[in-house]
Amino acid sequence: MTRSDLISRLAERHQQLLAKDAELAVKVILDTLSGTLARGGRIEIRGFGSFSLNYRPPRTGRNPKSGDKVQVPAKHVPHFKAGKELRERVDYPPS
Amino acid sequence: MTLTKAELADLLFEKVGLNKREAKDMVEDFFEEIRAKLERGESVKLSGFGNFQLRDKPQRPGRNPKTGEEIPITARRVVTFHPSQKLKSMVEKSYSFGAAQNRSPR
Repeated sequence: MTRSDLISRLAERHQQLLAKDAELAVKVILDTLSGTLARGGRIEIRGFGSFSLNYRPPRTGRNPKSGDKVQVPAKHVPHFKAGKELRERVDYPPS
Repeated sequence: MTLTKAELADLLFEKVGLNKREAKDMVEDFFEEIRAKLERGESVKLSGFGNFQLRDKPQRPGRNPKTGEEIPITARRVVTFHPSQKLKSMVEKSYSFGAAQNRSPR
């Protein structure tokens, strides 16, 4: 499923709204999720999961072409942890 | 600062002009559509944000940390999230330093 499939599905489920409202809603949600992480915030969606940032310490890397050493500065990367409901729904049925 | 469904619904009310009920339903449905696709084994690709994918993990040996008893960790299917290049660079650019309070406990 892609972003545009998601917009179509939501427009179908919300027929009282204009199609462009579903599109705008998806944009607002995704921009807010991204913006929150970019500001260093956390996201917690009950039943879905949480997004946070993981720290990556500085390290010495290598340019794969030239073999030169390069300093890679510390950074944060987005991290997702699935919530209980999502985890249970995607897992194989208990045997 | 933690973002939840309630704040997302408020934003849909303010920025999209949905009424409170519609805004709450829209947020709920947004995440439910993604869950439903993943449940059916489909990956979800949200351009500019990231991809949710499924990973099948084989059974592996584990241990009860309390008793030390060996117990197998059963085969399972899990969700992984891969942030887009755009999201990764947004986070790197605006949030590179001095953020110890947000390191997630692992």
